[in-house]
Amino acid sequence: MATPDEMVAVLKAKFSSISFDPKPLLMRGEEAGDQIYIRVEPENLVEVMHFLRDDPGTRFEQLIDVTCVDYLNFPEAEDRYGVVYSLLSITHNHRIWVKCFVNDPSPKLPSVIGVWKGADWMEREVFDMFGVVFEGHPDLRRILTWDGFEAHPLRKDYPLRGKGERENYEVVTRDSA
Amino acid sequence: MEKHTYDPHDMSSEDLLTTRLDNLVSFFRKNSVNWARKHSLWPLPFATACCGIELMATASSRYDLARFGAEVMRFSPRQSDLLICAGRVAIKMMPVLQRIYKQITEPKWVISMGACASTGGVFDTYAVVQGVDQFLPVDVYVPGCPPRPETLIEGVMAIQRQVDRDGLKTSQERGKGLGIVAEPTYQVNVEAVADRETE
Repeated sequence: MATPDEMVAVLKAKFSSISFDPKPLLMRGEEAGDQIYIRVEPENLVEVMHFLRDDPGTRFEQLIDVTCVDYLNFPEAEDRYGVVYSLLSITHNHRIWVKCFVNDPSPKLPSVIGVWKGADWMEREVFDMFGVVFEGHPDLRRILTWDGFEAHPLRKDYPLRGKGERENYEVVTRDSA
Repeated sequence: MEKHTYDPHDMSSEDLLTTRLDNLVSFFRKNSVNWARKHSLWPLPFATACCGIELMATASSRYDLARFGAEVMRFSPRQSDLLICAGRVAIKMMPVLQRIYKQITEPKWVISMGACASTGGVFDTYAVVQGVDQFLPVDVYVPGCPPRPETLIEGVMAIQRQVDRDGLKTSQERGKGLGIVAEPTYQVNVEAVADRETE
């Protein structure tokens, strides 16, 4: 069973572009315990994910969650959207957080649906709420908001009460029903 | 025979003998069909949030909506005539609710239960309908967050008053007959109607 330090060493040897110092955006305190946060460039994402799933030292069989953070109002942030992948290794009882940063005007990431099938709805949700496009996703439709909704409501520049989308609906009256 | 109108409540036995059949039918329609209908409302619970829990409490034994004849919760709009919209409605849900409303057969009534269904409540966001009455005809609004079962029962009783007042329109108002044919097959032995309590 690999310790977190061994896992970091393996990753460092294999991928030179991975950053293991994702502060200040990822942690509240100084100590992260034995939790591993790595930052991956979008072009290496699928390759790194395949390695994390298949390597005997890591074995992250399960994709727990895909979510996203909008760093619009963070003065220290260099990039706007941080897409977070939470992975779990059932074999080693380890977790890892993989983060990818993308930017306007067309935030794009390669889809990891070829690595984990379960990424399907998670990536659809991130697309729906933040507008991050996952290239290679077979069915990238909205999943929470309705068809015809234009905006991406969890972006920080979207007003809470919307932009009038809920006013344009059919009205059923006593005569029409 | 001269056509005349009169109040059926003032009938004497002599009057009743000369009553035309259609007047008798409308008498029963007004005084018995609406009475029967208001005590046999079949609600359709459209429960999307915590108001649905109070709705269940209202229907269960402590508050016992069956006392008012509305205990038969039907989950098919084809079988119900009272839509109880309990809880917040997302905009994505609104076409479903509208379709359910259209599928309920006439006559039908709608209760908007609670603050969220009536006004959107605290959920003033891009995805929540700010009052189902913007998109549906609502008969009775029940206040509360969520309303107590007594409040919902008062709402059902308000529907009952509406049903009693104008629940079933006469065939003249509807423009076509109800299809009710009443032909006596035997000689009716008519007796005087006792004094009826007028409303």
